[in-house]
Amino acid sequence: MVKLTIDGKTITVPKGTTVLDAARKLDIPIPTLCHHPKLTPFGGCRMCIVEIKGIPRPVTSCTTPVTEGMEVITSSPRLEDLRKTILELILSDHPNDCMVCERAGDCTLQELAYFYGIKENRFQGERRRYEKRDGNPFIERDMEKCILCGRCVKVCSEVQGVGAIDFAYRGFNAKICPPYEHDLDCEFCGQCVAVCPTGALTGKMWALKGRQKEIKEVDTVCAYCGTGCNITLHVRRNEVVRVTSKENTWNEGWLCVKGRFGYKFINSPDRLKTPLIKKRGKFKEVSWEEALDYTAKKLNAIKKKYGPDSIGGLSSARCTTEENYLFQKFIRAVIGTNNVDHCARL
Amino acid sequence: MKDKGIRINICMGTGGIAAGGAQVMEAFKKELRKAGIKASVGKRCTMHKVGCRGLCAKDVLVDVVKDGNKFTYQFIQADMVPRIVQQHLIENNPVSEWLVGEDYHNFHNKQVKVVLSDCGNIDPEDIEAYIKVKGYEALKTVLKKLTPEKTIEIIKKSGLRGRGGAGFPTGTKWEICRGVEAEQKYIICNADEGDPGAFMDRSVIEGNPHAVIEGMTIGAYAIGADIGYVYIRAEYPLAVERLKLALKQARKKKLLGKNILGTKFSFDIKIKLGAGAFVCGEETALIASIEGERGMPRAKPPFPVHSGLWGKPTVINNVETLANVPYIIRNGDKWFSSYGTEKSKGTKVFALTGKVKNSGLIEVPMGITLKEIIYDIGGGIENDKALKAVQTGGPSGGCIPAGMVDIKVDYESLAQVGSIVGSGGMIVLDEDDCMVNVAKYFLQFTQAESCGKCVPCRIGTKRLLEILDRITKGNGKETDIELLEKLGNDVKSASLCGLGQTAPNPVLSTIKYFRHEYEAHLKGKCPAGVCKDLLTYYILEEFCKGCGACMRACPAGAITGERKKPHKIDPEICIKCGACFEVCKFKAVGKE
Ligand SMILES: Cc1cc2nc3c(=O)[nH]c(=O)nc-3n(C[C@H](O)[C@H](O)[C@H](O)COP(=O)(O)O)c2cc1C
Ligand code: SF4
Ligand code: SF4
Repeated sequence: MVKLTIDGKTITVPKGTTVLDAARKLDIPIPTLCHHPKLTPFGGCRMCIVEIKGIPRPVTSCTTPVTEGMEVITSSPRLEDLRKTILELILSDHPNDCMVCERAGDCTLQELAYFYGIKENRFQGERRRYEKRDGNPFIERDMEKCILCGRCVKVCSEVQGVGAIDFAYRGFNAKICPPYEHDLDCEFCGQCVAVCPTGALTGKMWALKGRQKEIKEVDTVCAYCGTGCNITLHVRRNEVVRVTSKENTWNEGWLCVKGRFGYKFINSPDRLKTPLIKKRGKFKEVSWEEALDYTAKKLNAIKKKYGPDSIGGLSSARCTTEENYLFQKFIRAVIGTNNVDHCARL
Repeated sequence: MKDKGIRINICMGTGGIAAGGAQVMEAFKKELRKAGIKASVGKRCTMHKVGCRGLCAKDVLVDVVKDGNKFTYQFIQADMVPRIVQQHLIENNPVSEWLVGEDYHNFHNKQVKVVLSDCGNIDPEDIEAYIKVKGYEALKTVLKKLTPEKTIEIIKKSGLRGRGGAGFPTGTKWEICRGVEAEQKYIICNADEGDPGAFMDRSVIEGNPHAVIEGMTIGAYAIGADIGYVYIRAEYPLAVERLKLALKQARKKKLLGKNILGTKFSFDIKIKLGAGAFVCGEETALIASIEGERGMPRAKPPFPVHSGLWGKPTVINNVETLANVPYIIRNGDKWFSSYGTEKSKGTKVFALTGKVKNSGLIEVPMGITLKEIIYDIGGGIENDKALKAVQTGGPSGGCIPAGMVDIKVDYESLAQVGSIVGSGGMIVLDEDDCMVNVAKYFLQFTQAESCGKCVPCRIGTKRLLEILDRITKGNGKETDIELLEKLGNDVKSASLCGLGQTAPNPVLSTIKYFRHEYEAHLKGKCPAGVCKDLLTYYILEEFCKGCGACMRACPAGAITGERKKPHKIDPEICIKCGACFEVCKFKAVGKE
């Protein structure tokens, strides 16, 4: 264990803890943009700089491990002045069109600009301009809003193990993009969208579906597979407009493409809501009792005429483990065949 | 070299080769054979390609040593060789008008060569040549007689400090790394050399690659590493080739590889080519690059000595630092520390360029004054113009004004006046140089080479550059100088790595010493007459003879006038190319 003081408060933390994490334990706020608790430290945005006694230049608290007897100051006129310069620099190269940005109200950059009261900008200058032409179906990539915090790059390689995007070019022209600036062509898990602190990455289908303040959040479990990730449905006027997942869930907020973007079926006119039976060449809506009776009768008849091995059961990954267990039990014990399988393949 | 016989040294560094060194060598071979000299003197007639000796502007340089008497020729081309062979070698009468002049000797007289002592004298492609000048003796001594601790002790006592820029004491760096418990350690030689105009490290590797290998092997033994990397830029093909050859030769002689010189110590060196990013010279970016990642710096701590390449303790040293090591071991720490000042020991290689008469590569004892470098070694300012400033340390350094040329060149003294020794760039500026423009030049470089990872450097340097740009275009605002100072200092304080932390130095130091030039620009004048947008060209009627030369030269058709009558420039049409100024024989075109 290592003992140190932060802003005069003493704390003891395990060896290897960063100054930032130690400060957060003490509930001392330090502004950050590129830091993400689940990703390796980056140290790029420089907002989390602190002063450490004995070190002449400010250091980033997100990358600096604590040492015994360290004395940290997280806020001073010099630090706040530097933070203000950094924010102004970021905003000098940002569209600042919060009024029409999908992330307004839910954007770390906007929040910091608010707290630091940045109205005017001493460093006005050229802005990066990019043509929008990403043809992928899920992720809106507005790279003019990107602050190059690197979170998306890290989540893609460290969490998802895909590495679909990385930094390219140098200096002011540095940019996050897929190889050769091709259109994004990946798993579309949207993990990058989830960690982006700005409006640079959003879901294409989220566009113009409503601000967060009119949205009701409903926690539930994803029905796509037996993994059972915790998800949060964002509902506006009885319509699911977005799906997210919280960091403090067992799946740590990570989702796959289906859980995050596959919710369109909910309000699809093609969605089946009742059983259908084909009568005289046409499907007709029927009650569950009628459908089950009909199925049982047919199965019995087939079994009698052709034997149990003429029947096979195929179940779904969208069922829970328990449901799948019951299904195979039914096929084996009730029908009497081992012809049973499941769509999931690992 | 006092023996009888003939020895011919031909400069075959990158400069020498570019000037036609290979053709000169071929010509010598042919002429010697034709003259029958090869047959009559036999083995005692030898020809050697040698590395750079610094004065590349006078290439191809050729030494002809006959019976112990050495004559050096300059600007030699293949077609001049027959006369040298005939007159000098056969008739014993050196071709005096082609010999180097006084400036060649002045250039060398005040220099003290340690790292470069064998460069230019030995054939870098022949390990035997290095061994003949006591090469690899230091390694033998270290492996057979000294413990790693004792080796570190000697380097510490010598006072050697890193030549890659930061000037960290080399012995201390080794000692810290030695003290870290780990199964695997690495030593890396930093040969990225990305400063514009710097070619110290390239010349050392091209001219004496074995010294670097020997120094690295000694370092590896001292810290306990068994694998080393040379990170060298791919734009140095000749250096890479010579290094590869040298590694092969060293392995063959058991000076590298398993059980070096029959001892228990094993060590080998791999080469990693850099793809030409300045930031990859920064040690943590360099490590990322070797690991196969994008060359972006990582925050320190942890420092590489604790957690470097693949998380293992790693020492990174510059080429010149390592090349010093064998000489220190051979001649002793006292010999080394007898050169230099109290805190800066030994010598330093500089790339002396700009408006100086003899530009080239020089090695001088630390503590020599700038004045001695410029006027004694450099031969003074070109065209006898007035010295304005000296920029040291490349894009990370600062400008030292002419009034301070008595300053000593060492780590402390230069830092005190806002510049750095850096990796060894030294650019001499004269009255025709605009300091705002000089600052802009360096910032353009650092801005383009910023890796883009951190905000102050990525956007901050861009904004600094934009402000400088508008000042040089006459669009500067009254508050711009203060804004440059404010932003420059913030970028220095808040940037992640050395690139951003030093990028504003050229701006800040020129503001410090040449504020009046910035102010003049804000008033619409460029005192040195460099910034095009602030210039007006006009014709001085009293000198104009009406010859019409300017009118014919002007590509924009801005000049009108009748023959033999004073001409006129229309400022609306003038594109400020300066063609009229150049062409007028009567100094009748003025600019302001
Ligand atoms: C932007 C940047 C570029 C650098 N380029 C080089 C280089 O080309 N060669 C070099 O030896 N050191 C370079 N350095 C310094 C290295 O980071 C490191 O300090 C040095 O290699 C250590 O070796 P030394 O102690 O022998 O000087 C650079 C540093 C920075 C910040
Ligand atoms: S797209 Fe978002 S997450 Fe990725 S670097 Fe830019 S701001 Fe960060
Ligand atoms: S200071 Fe510049 S070069 Fe260094 S990490 Fe930051 S952006 Fe990259």
